[in-house]
Amino acid sequence: MVRLLAAEAHEVAVPAMIDWAWLIVAVPYVSFFLIVFLGKRLPGRGHEIGIGATAISFLLSVPVFASTISALGTEGFHGFEKSIRWLQFGDNEFLELGMKIDGLTVVMLIVVTFVSLMVHIYSTGYMHGDRRYTWFYAALSLFTGSMLNLVMANNLLQLLVGWEGVGICSYFLIGHWFEERENSNAAIKAFITTRIGDVGFLFGVFVLFFAAGTFNITEITEAVEGGTIAAGVLTAAAVLLFFGAIGKSAQVPLHVWLPDAMAGPTPVSALIHAATMVVAGVYLVARMFTVFHASPVALDEVAIIGSITMLIAALLALVQDDIKRVLAYSTISQLAYMIAGLGISAYTGAVFHIWTHAWFKALLFLGAGSVIHAVHSNNMSDMGGLKDKMPITYRTYMVGGFALAGFFPLAGFFSKDEIILGAFMQARAGHGVGWFVFITMIVTAFLTACYVARMLALTFFGKPKYDTGHVHPHESPGSMTTPLILLAILSVVGGWVGLPGEPNLFANWIHFEALEHHPFNLAIAIFSMIVAIAGFLTGWTIFRGGRLKIDIVRSPFGWFYRLLENKYYLDDIYMSAIVRPIRDQISKFAYWTNQNVLDGLVNVTGMATAALGRGAYDKIDQPLIDGAVNGVAFGADVAGRGLKFWQSGNIQGYAGVLFVGIVAFVLAFIFIRI
Amino acid sequence: MMPVTWVLLLSAFLFSVGVYGVLARRNAVLILMSIEVMLTAVNINLVAFNAMLKDVEMMGQIFALFIITIAAAEIGVGLAIVILIYRNRTTVTVDEVSLMKW
Repeated sequence: MVRLLAAEAHEVAVPAMIDWAWLIVAVPYVSFFLIVFLGKRLPGRGHEIGIGATAISFLLSVPVFASTISALGTEGFHGFEKSIRWLQFGDNEFLELGMKIDGLTVVMLIVVTFVSLMVHIYSTGYMHGDRRYTWFYAALSLFTGSMLNLVMANNLLQLLVGWEGVGICSYFLIGHWFEERENSNAAIKAFITTRIGDVGFLFGVFVLFFAAGTFNITEITEAVEGGTIAAGVLTAAAVLLFFGAIGKSAQVPLHVWLPDAMAGPTPVSALIHAATMVVAGVYLVARMFTVFHASPVALDEVAIIGSITMLIAALLALVQDDIKRVLAYSTISQLAYMIAGLGISAYTGAVFHIWTHAWFKALLFLGAGSVIHAVHSNNMSDMGGLKDKMPITYRTYMVGGFALAGFFPLAGFFSKDEIILGAFMQARAGHGVGWFVFITMIVTAFLTACYVARMLALTFFGKPKYDTGHVHPHESPGSMTTPLILLAILSVVGGWVGLPGEPNLFANWIHFEALEHHPFNLAIAIFSMIVAIAGFLTGWTIFRGGRLKIDIVRSPFGWFYRLLENKYYLDDIYMSAIVRPIRDQISKFAYWTNQNVLDGLVNVTGMATAALGRGAYDKIDQPLIDGAVNGVAFGADVAGRGLKFWQSGNIQGYAGVLFVGIVAFVLAFIFIRI
Repeated sequence: MMPVTWVLLLSAFLFSVGVYGVLARRNAVLILMSIEVMLTAVNINLVAFNAMLKDVEMMGQIFALFIITIAAAEIGVGLAIVILIYRNRTTVTVDEVSLMKW
């Protein structure tokens, strides 16, 4: 079934490439099996298959991207859709397996395949000599396939398959070094926490299915636009779907898993926990934005959750010592930017931020990995002064940091500016939530620049804090620096597709029909730039210049610092208020159930069986069956006892009887005439 | 031509003697002899009826010949058994050959 999502279909021909776009998804899946079964026998222990498959996916994505965005210029064109019947239940009930290729999909395809390729290459250096090297590449392939499946799915069930696929890969890879208890706990925490959100997502899918009668995203969108679904149902569906996004994109209150997920190898953090999987939640909201758009309540909820998250995560990023945790909280904060952006209807800006964030955050993670590789520690208190020792890492990291802080003309500036502009427009239109979002965004932008300054200062500047006697940092191998350079280039130019101008190129690819696109506003751009610079300078002054020497723990703000140090005590609250009681109660209940219900059942069954057996023995076996057998024997016995007298052994006796018998027969023959 | 009745009476007498011998004698050899007498009575009957009916195919006489043959075979087997019994038990009195009885 091919569907052209265009108002006037005849204007656009489906490029031949599109028919084969499913290969982009299939190749990494095949690669997974090849690596699992053959990987260990190859000289590269499987990485050549992984890199090759990802490269093929990327190379296929480029023409799909190109042909789609060139067609998107055409009037009324939205995208292509193609599907086959997957599971047939009856004559007309079936599940689809299909692909929906529009602006949002192709942007995600490029992001996922390119970052995945970079991470695959980078890992040959970073994971060199790892004890589960082959499995690492297999899991990366499975992840890439699932993520691509997620972004290409044309129906919610298939999307859910990809969604769970990336979840399980995230679990595998966080727990890659599962020998340490801490890592396996982090993996379990990540899996279970996101699972809480997934339940909501699943129910959201059900609600939409029962409301629209289909899993197909296009059909659901049409049903919503056609106004056939009640507003209350739409709100319920949107809120439930958003639960999934809260879990996957680590929003408050389910954000606690992402910092712990840093227990995984750093390339994994770059790919899964920064650039791709965690944006799946944002992608979901963007993909189903028609549903959210139709429900102002749900949109406000999205905006408020996003705002709260971005602020508290940015504050937490300020106090972390572990460089990966700084980046993890930064990721939560930036994801919240996207979520809040969707909440205040800055649709294009939010998706644009997915695009730019992927480049610079993957860059920052890989750069952090390079630094960690050099000093053998995750803590910034063991770093410092690496500027000259690792020139490539230093330069690319600075680019990534500045892009994150939102400095012109790096990628982060354009996308962040567009979201802030959207919030401002919403606020000026008299929307209360708009003001709230706008202000938190400005504060967060300030804090973001501030923690970026802190991170850069503590890592690359100042005096070395590592053990100079034993640790001799040096630049990482080419397999690790090459991805850094490529991503740094994209972190610079990646934002230029959103250069102001009419038409804005990115907005041309991705936009939501019902929303007007706000033209570039110079005042807002300058304002957000000033905020970023102010934040950066503040952070720089405190953490590098050392002019403000405040012993923060003893200052009047000490309580706040301790609050941040302890992550608002959220983890402790979850642990003591939710996990422990539930876990303990469940185990208690399980024990009780086991003892009373299950054992009882087993015992009752046993006793019933025994009683039945005894009854059968007493009532059936003994009287009937044994009785019959005994009766036959008894009858034979009686007959034998009676008849034995005939067996006299007296031959004349036998002969006498014989004659009498013959005579009797003869007489009978003569007289009765038988 | 002697009426057939006389011959039949002779036959009946011989048969009765045979039956008496079988039922009353204790000696196995004498019992076998009595059986031969009964068979002879049958043969006389067959020959007499053959003569009376003037059967050109001599059916009665032929049957009499068969019976004589079979009686010879039978007496051979019977005497062999009697000899074996005698060798085992040093007697041919049928009352004492009573192993197969209750």
